[in-house]
Parts: sequence; C-alpha cells; structure tokens
Amino acid sequence: MSSTIILLTVVTLSLLGVVSAIVLYFVAQKFKVFEDPRIDDVEGLLPGANCGGCGYPGCRGMADALVKADDLSSLFCPVGGNETMGKIAHYLGKTVAEKEPRVAVVRCQGSPEHRKPTNVYDGAMSCAISASLYSGDTGCQYGCLGYGDCVSACNFDAIHINLVTKLPEVIDDKCTACGACVTACPKNIIELRRKRPKDRKIFVSCVSMDKGAISRKACKVSCIGCGKCVKVCAFDAITLQNNLAYIDAQKCTLCRKCVEVCPTNAILELNFPPRKKTEVAEGEVSGSL
Amino acid sequence: MSASAAISVLPIPSEVFVPFSQHIGAPSEPVVAIGDKVKVGDIIAKSTSFVSANIHSSVSGTVAGIEYIVDASGYPRQAFRISVEGDEWRPEIDRSSAFVKGNGYDAKQILEIIQSSGIVGLGGATFPSHVKLVVPHGKKADALIINGAECEPYLTADHRLMLEKGHEILEGTRLLMITLGVTTGYIAIENNKPDAIAHLKTLVKNYEGIEIVPLKVKYPQGGEKQLIKSIIGREVPSGGLPIDIGAVVQNVATAYAVYEAVVKHKPLFERVVTVTGKSVKNPRNFMVRVGTPVSCLIDAIGGLPEDTGKIISGGPMMGKALNSVNSPVAKGTSGILLVPEKLSRRSQEAVCIRCSKCVSVCPMGLEPYLLFKLGKRGFYDRMEVEHVLDCMECGSCSFTCPAKLPLLDYIRLGKGAVAKMIKNRKK
Repeated sequence: MSSTIILLTVVTLSLLGVVSAIVLYFVAQKFKVFEDPRIDDVEGLLPGANCGGCGYPGCRGMADALVKADDLSSLFCPVGGNETMGKIAHYLGKTVAEKEPRVAVVRCQGSPEHRKPTNVYDGAMSCAISASLYSGDTGCQYGCLGYGDCVSACNFDAIHINLVTKLPEVIDDKCTACGACVTACPKNIIELRRKRPKDRKIFVSCVSMDKGAISRKACKVSCIGCGKCVKVCAFDAITLQNNLAYIDAQKCTLCRKCVEVCPTNAILELNFPPRKKTEVAEGEVSGSL
Repeated sequence: MSASAAISVLPIPSEVFVPFSQHIGAPSEPVVAIGDKVKVGDIIAKSTSFVSANIHSSVSGTVAGIEYIVDASGYPRQAFRISVEGDEWRPEIDRSSAFVKGNGYDAKQILEIIQSSGIVGLGGATFPSHVKLVVPHGKKADALIINGAECEPYLTADHRLMLEKGHEILEGTRLLMITLGVTTGYIAIENNKPDAIAHLKTLVKNYEGIEIVPLKVKYPQGGEKQLIKSIIGREVPSGGLPIDIGAVVQNVATAYAVYEAVVKHKPLFERVVTVTGKSVKNPRNFMVRVGTPVSCLIDAIGGLPEDTGKIISGGPMMGKALNSVNSPVAKGTSGILLVPEKLSRRSQEAVCIRCSKCVSVCPMGLEPYLLFKLGKRGFYDRMEVEHVLDCMECGSCSFTCPAKLPLLDYIRLGKGAVAKMIKNRKK
C-alpha cells in the first residue's frame, strides 16, 4: 500500500517536472532578451566597488554605458583609474585619453584649538542635520562640523575623523577620488585635487567667505582674504574671490612661496621635506622646476 | 504660567535689526538705502514675487546699515540695522485703541491691503497670508477656520490676544470671510482656555456666521490639517492643501493683524511674544516691535535665569534653539522659551525596539521609525513613497520615543531632500 503511494508521488512529480521544463523552455525562447555579452566582460574589468563615483549606479551601470558609448571621453572610473580605463578601451577597441589622478583634500583646519566652540550641539550626530539647523557650534559658518558624514560615505575606508583635531583626514593611498565624500559634505569643504608626485599638496585649507575680521575672530587659521598669496604667486595660480583665496591645482608648481607669506597659516603644505632655511627651500624649488 | 499676564508694551530698543526675509518664499528686496530716514510703518523691503511679503519699518530713525545677523534660521542673514530716533508713525496709521468696525470694504480691497501690509501667518509658519486667501481656479472655499488652539505648551500670546482683543479678532475674522466669500467662520479654541471661549462666545453674538468651537486639549490640535478634521470633519488628502477640501485656516493673531491693517491702516510690524520658562519667575506677554533683539526681551523679564541651557524661539515642541541672543524677533516669533540646563539636554540614544509608539502617536498616520531608518541611509526616493512630505514636524514621535531616537531630525532631513528631488524633477 505505502509503496504504491510513493511510486505514484514520484511519477506524478516527475511528470510535472518534465511538463514544466518543456513549457519554461519555450517561454524562455519566446521572451529571450538579448544582452550584449561584452557588458559582463567589461563589468569584470571594473573594480567592482559599486561606489557610484563614475556617476552610474554601480559597476554594472557603468559597464552598460561603456559598451553603448561611442566616445569614452565623458566616462571615467576614478577607482580603477587610467589602468582600468585603458584595459576597457583596449577590449572595446576604442581609445581613451589618460586622466590625471586626483585625491580628496579637506579644506578646513578648524580644530577646537584653532576655532573655539561657541555653543553646544546635541542634536543628531549628522553633519547634514546640523547644517540644516544652524551655522554650527563655532563662530565659523563655513567650516567642518566634524560629525563624519564623509566618513560614512566613504566605501574605501580612506577618510577618518582625527580625535584630537575633530577633523576628517584623508589617507591618500586609499582614496580613489570617487567623490562620495564631496557629495556627502553639506559644507562643501572637501575638494578633489590633482594628485602630485609623493602626494605633495599645497592648498588653501579654508572655505570661509566671511570678511577677514569676522573669520579671524572665529578661527585662528582662517583665510582672511588679504591677497598676499595672490601677489607672491608667479604663476597666476591663485585667485581671490569672496574674501577667500583659491589655488588652481593645474597652474600651481608647488613652489611654496604662498605658504610662507600667509599670515594665518591657512595655506597648507603636505608631504614636503622639512625646510631648513628659506633660501634652501627656494633653491630646491628651482631645482624641481 | 503666563496666561494671566496681560500684554504689556515692550520699550523700543535703541537699535533694531529687521531681517529681509521673515516669511516663507522669496526674500524681499530693500527699497531704502543706508542713511535714509524712516518712520514707523514705512516700507523698507518690497516683495519680489507672489509668495513673498513686504517688510515695514517697526521704528522711526535712520537706516544705519545692512548687516548680517544670525536669525532664527541659525545662519547670519541680511537685515536692516535701524537706529531708533523717537517714535514717529506714518500719519495715516490710527494709533488709538478704540474699536472701529471695518465697513465698506470689498474682497479685492481687503486682499490688496493684506498683501501690501506684509501680513504673514503669525502662528509660526509665516506663510504669506494673501496667498492662502486667493482661491485657485476650479476650487471653492466654504469655511474659514481661525486657529486659537495655541496647542504648544507654555505659549500664551494667542490666548492673551483673544482675551484682550476679542472684538478686533472677530472683526478681522469677518473681513477675512468677506475676502474669501464664505459665510461660515469658526474660531477654534482648546478647552484649556475657558476664559477665552466664554469671552469670545459673548462677543460673537453680534456676528453672523461665526461660531466659537471649543476643542479637546491635545497635541498637535493646532496643526492646520488636524483643526480642519476636528471642526468640519474633512481630511486633507496626502500632498494636498486645505483649499482642496474648501477650508482656509488662519491664526487668531493673523486675524488681529488683518483688522489692524484694514481698519487702522497699520502694517505688520509688531506682534505679541510670550517670554516664559520653568525657571522664569514672572513670565510675560509683550507687544514687541519686529527686529527687537531677543536679549531685550530677556532683560525685560529680569535677565536670564542662571541655569538656562537653551533659548528657544517658539514653543517647546516645534521651536528652535537660538544660537545668539542678538537674534531679532521676526514676524513668526510667537514666544521665547528659556529652558533650564537640566531639561535642555537630549538623553542618550538607544536602539529602536519596534515598539511602534511613534506610529500610534503620529497625527498624520506616518511611520516615523521607518522614515528615520530610511533617512539615515539616504533612501530618499523611498521616503517620498512613504509620504514624508505629509510630516508637519510636530515632534510627537521624537517626544514619545522610549529609545530617545532623533526621529524628527532625520525625517526633516528627508523632507528637505525629497522636496529638492521633486523640484529638480520639474526642471
């Protein structure tokens, strides 16, 4: 008795399986969607970080766009960089121009020591929320809030809040210049700048557009818009707008003259060898030019 | 606390800061220059678009500068600095307190006066009043609701106004009814103000079509959509406006301002502000000129209590902490609340245990815990689907949350992001 039931069950289910398989086969044939097999291959070449730094939702979206595009000049994977883009272009039989590698820099030095807190914020620990409520817990309405929206936006563990300065710091080797932190920062402090040899950087580490007296009162290391750096720069790399100096990374030759004249130390030089005397520094600069 | 304190006139300070933008909508354009002499009631900034409001000088004196001053938004914003000289009003303004009936005005005239007088919603939202009073094509208004609920604890500005300016409020209501072309008006008052209900009930006998509606005391009874539901039993559809179901809501203080503008030719440049708090010995209600620094109000109640931890502009639920005592009183400042240090701190956050207290308490039927999580992760398109824009930021969810999560903070963030998204989509 029980053996018949088992047999019957097995036969019925097998029959059901066979019929369904046949139906599914024809349905699949009928509704087959053709997908370019190159999309899979290009996706394989991409880093697979799905960071969105290219402007597409994930690497699959980018791969799709790369295969469909006639001209690759507007597409770039910041994570993979020139190497990946070169490989993809080679695979697709297209050409791609080399792009300069970039890196994120944080343009604020407003540590509690430099920028005294004027009130206490006890709302939700998010820069975006704090920025929507008021100008911040210091006298500077432009500077870093320090609640780490950039840290949570980074997919590469490349940005961290320094517990002493309460400011984010970028680890250059890990940064892929995907721009996630740039978008996350409600104060627009983070900028993607051209990557230079030995990760050397010179930039105005301040975004305050307040008049000199106001910004100086709020923060010891703010740009006061005095224009000394503009005058000293021999390469027209520095512009002054809204009481704030800006160094064009394309024109800057890393000569460090502006760093020396800045009265508030708002211009930051990073990863340079320590200078012994001013003359030595200048001599070295002319050598590197 | 301050309900028994009659409205007293705050002395005019030596200098006022009148912000350019005191309303929702486009900021107004200045029409006076530095060094110009102004009288009380002179237009100093003109509205540039329909959803905007004129700004009038609240004092007489000289425009000393156009400066950035931290206002209730928490950011430095442009404001006129006017140094006060005497108190000379524009000649056409009737300064007597005698009650006059505003007869002989038609709807168009009243609307024009309201628009030129810079009247905005004085309940706190500061939405330009004339915009609400123009009924869009294809829609019809059939009920005007005057909001006297004043549902936030502590605030008594509207309560005092109803007790002291009952005639004026009713006349203002009548004028607003003419503007809208409606025959029914309701004045909604919460049951915790029996004196105001009784007072207005005796006065209302001379007015046809106006009814005083006592309401159950609950928060947020004074929300526009909640009032409409309580009074005429209609529900504003999600994403809709009260006018979609034929209702228009205005605050009692707005009705009073309309009366003053129409009958006394007085533009909106002063308002009643409650100054109160747990540790304030004698809480008061002041008639304050717009632009008066908050510090003057605090001085008037005998200085800042020592244990003050926060100064809030508005009520305890929806008000916003100020980051400067120099912030000026604006058209939307209904109260200044001084919170003791102990009460002002937020408690330590815990994790959500899905108790759904926030869901049951949300007056709009939203799911705050969900919106909070979505907001935290930046899933704004999903927030739009979950009707985040229906949130009126009453704060009930954050208040009730046993885990003390900053629910409203993230919902507000999402509201902003969704509103931006929709705007970009329209482009």
